[in-house]
Amino acid sequence: MTAASHPDWLESLRRAARAKADAAGLPSRRDEAWKYTDVAGLGVASFALAEKPQGGPPEAVPLGDAIRLVLVNGSLVASPDTPLPAGVVVDRLDSGFSADLVQAHLGRTIPPDAKSLATLNSALFADGVVLRIGAGVTVARPIEVLSLGQAGEEPLAFHPRCLVVVEEGGSATLIERHQGSGTYFSNSVLEIALASGAALRHYKLQDEAAQAVHVATLGVSLAAGAHYDGVLVQTGARLARHEVHAALDGLEASFALDGAYLGAGQQHLDTTTFVTHVGPGGASRQVFKGVLDDQARGVFQGTVLVQRGAQKTDAHQLSKALLLSPQAEMDGKPELEIYADDVKCGHGCTIGDIDETALFYLRARGIDEATARHLLIEAFLAEVLERIEAEPVRQAFAAVVGERLQGAHATRRIDDHRQG
Amino acid sequence: MSDGMEQVRSLADQKYKYGFVTDIEADVAPKGLNEDIIRFISAKKGEPEWLLEWRLKAYKLWLSEAEPSWAKLRHPAIDYQDAYYYSAPKKKTDGPKSLDEVDPKLLETYEKLGVPLHERAALAGVAVDAVFDSVSVATTYKGKLEELGIIFTSMSDAVKKHPELVRKYLGSVVPYSDNYFATLNSAVFTDGSFVYVPPGVRCPMELSTYFRMNAEKTGQFERTLIIADKGSYVSYLEGCTAPMRDENQLHAAVVELVALDEAEIKYSTVQNWYPGDEQGRGGIYNFVTKRGACRGRASRISWTQVETGSAITWKYPSCILQGDDSQGEFYSVAITNNFQQADTGTKMIHIGRNTRSRIISKGISAGHADNTYRGLVRVLPKAEGARNHTQCDSLLIGDRCGAHTTPYIESRNSSARIEHEATTSKISEEQLFYARQRGLSEEEAVSLIVNGFCRDVLQHLPMEFAVEAQKLVAISLEGSVG
Repeated sequence: MTAASHPDWLESLRRAARAKADAAGLPSRRDEAWKYTDVAGLGVASFALAEKPQGGPPEAVPLGDAIRLVLVNGSLVASPDTPLPAGVVVDRLDSGFSADLVQAHLGRTIPPDAKSLATLNSALFADGVVLRIGAGVTVARPIEVLSLGQAGEEPLAFHPRCLVVVEEGGSATLIERHQGSGTYFSNSVLEIALASGAALRHYKLQDEAAQAVHVATLGVSLAAGAHYDGVLVQTGARLARHEVHAALDGLEASFALDGAYLGAGQQHLDTTTFVTHVGPGGASRQVFKGVLDDQARGVFQGTVLVQRGAQKTDAHQLSKALLLSPQAEMDGKPELEIYADDVKCGHGCTIGDIDETALFYLRARGIDEATARHLLIEAFLAEVLERIEAEPVRQAFAAVVGERLQGAHATRRIDDHRQG
Repeated sequence: MSDGMEQVRSLADQKYKYGFVTDIEADVAPKGLNEDIIRFISAKKGEPEWLLEWRLKAYKLWLSEAEPSWAKLRHPAIDYQDAYYYSAPKKKTDGPKSLDEVDPKLLETYEKLGVPLHERAALAGVAVDAVFDSVSVATTYKGKLEELGIIFTSMSDAVKKHPELVRKYLGSVVPYSDNYFATLNSAVFTDGSFVYVPPGVRCPMELSTYFRMNAEKTGQFERTLIIADKGSYVSYLEGCTAPMRDENQLHAAVVELVALDEAEIKYSTVQNWYPGDEQGRGGIYNFVTKRGACRGRASRISWTQVETGSAITWKYPSCILQGDDSQGEFYSVAITNNFQQADTGTKMIHIGRNTRSRIISKGISAGHADNTYRGLVRVLPKAEGARNHTQCDSLLIGDRCGAHTTPYIESRNSSARIEHEATTSKISEEQLFYARQRGLSEEEAVSLIVNGFCRDVLQHLPMEFAVEAQKLVAISLEGSVG
């Protein structure tokens, strides 16, 4: 990390964040927001901060015709080929060219909570990336940010940072993929600022290495009439937490986030969302579906806050989890905090095994139990995957999910059933 | 809606009906809280040494603890030294043998409250163990209950007459170390009810206690213990009103229920203590710990509450579903108006196999009030086949109030099925219009809709309470529709 190369304003921002993060320490289970997830327990505090990687960009197949950026251990190693479509700017966070834009938006979408790992990211990120979609520009090709973790003998820590600004009436698709090998702690922050009438589709696949710890903070701010449409798929990491802070500031903004997660072995997968309705007439929807096998543990915490002025808000949230093994665990805390009366808000939360009657229905039609269970789980998750509009992305994400489902765990379970 | 606004004003201005003070010379302990006060209370009640020890242990622990701050409540700091911890109505004799011997002024108070003690006892078959401030003054229908072997008496009396039962069960559901307010209660509790239903007995009448705080600045610390032995059944009613006061009164009760094999306890509460005035001055602070243990196989505990009073309500009637096939239920209507704050809900802890729980909570918030449902459903690894269904609905009336839902759902058994659903909305214009179009006044229409909203809960109240509760809902609510 070459701190000296950062401009003064950025350096002072980082120093302030550093002081806050050092004073607060890592969150523990005593902090209400981290009640179910012990991130400090896996020793991430002692992981060495990753150095800038040597050598060229690794080979990886891009998704369809995506415009691609590659980060290795949080450092930018591959920028997209030029020329970019008109109205699209990709730049480093510390470049002089984008300084005004970055200063106007960086750190604005995430609440300044010292205990949050976003603060730690602000203090320690290597190369940040900024993407700008100009006013009225519709970008047809998706933009992909691929984050690779590469750790050898020593566990590493790194802090990927991205800022996406979509100006008035602009529209784009963002793909985010996280993969890697070895033991590492990826603490990423992605901030998305949507100006009025802007729209962003955001598809994220978290398929980190089996021993990785993945914490991601996503901040989204929505001005009047802005749309955010996200799909989050989590299959990897030893422990993962995806924390979302969305603020529907403007009139009639809309926010939709669906998620699917698959946990097996000792995996711990946490999804925590805070959706705040500030402006009137906003709509938010969230649907999260999880499948937990072995000793995997799932966590869903979702808070919908409707502020005093946010009349005519329509907010819905649903969390469904399937527990496939007797040792699997699911903890949920869907919260509503409502201060406006003319609203329609609701949440639902279910936890259980595969529906026996559905299973019976399929078995009665001559489908063996293994196939029947597989079909039902696939159908359960399909609702989320189908929301991905970009065909190659959906196929790629579905392939990862399918692979996981075909994995040894499913087969073992069925054997257990037969013996039982 | 100008009509509605008028009604808001007129109804919001409705004074608390039950605000009056009975002038009775109280036998009061000095103000403040220290070991001597606890010894005084214990001595006053002629308690055995073990109970005094227990109180003192609780007091020492309490001193080292801090008031919990996790609830969504705001209130000025409570000065625990600025209150009296014991007050008893003056006794003319050693104790009333019948209603005739009861202080006529007391009986008058009950009359004003609409609790015709003797009439109610005779007509409705309700035995009333009336707690006036801190000491039970009259217990009726004792004879009939005694025939069946049912013990229904005050806690002080039970300590003397049934020490073995009290010692066995007191603190067995809510230990003295449970939480700040339960610990305080354990140290200073003055009285409350004690019920024991022997094996196989079905209690033929609803047991009922009317609590009423009276002497100024006397916090009430009741301790209620109900034990339903194997295969028995009992239904218990608790209802309260309190006189109008400007200063906040603290209330920290503890209720413990124990249901053994195949026993069933139904506990119903109508809580209508002084909520404070329109500016949020005064009102009762109500910090209550209520918990039931379904210890036996196929036992069942059901909590039903209608909470309309108090400035602050902090209350989570819970069930520990320990016995296989046991069942817990929680039905709640909580209404907050003006500056009232309620943080209430339940905990269902599934330990045994095939345990089932059901939660229906209806929160209604009006004025500047805040109403929070806070609940926990926890399924432990051995709770094979556990089942929970939770429904939390909130209604907001007016744009200055808040309604919140904070459920914790934890499942560690794959065969368990948990369903939670919550909604927040306002009274629909269509429903109002429909009712108004059929000639109902706005007030009637709102009352109808809101009672419909609460129906799932109110129908679980015993007959004796249902009518009163419906009126209470109407009064508390209609007052703020606009």
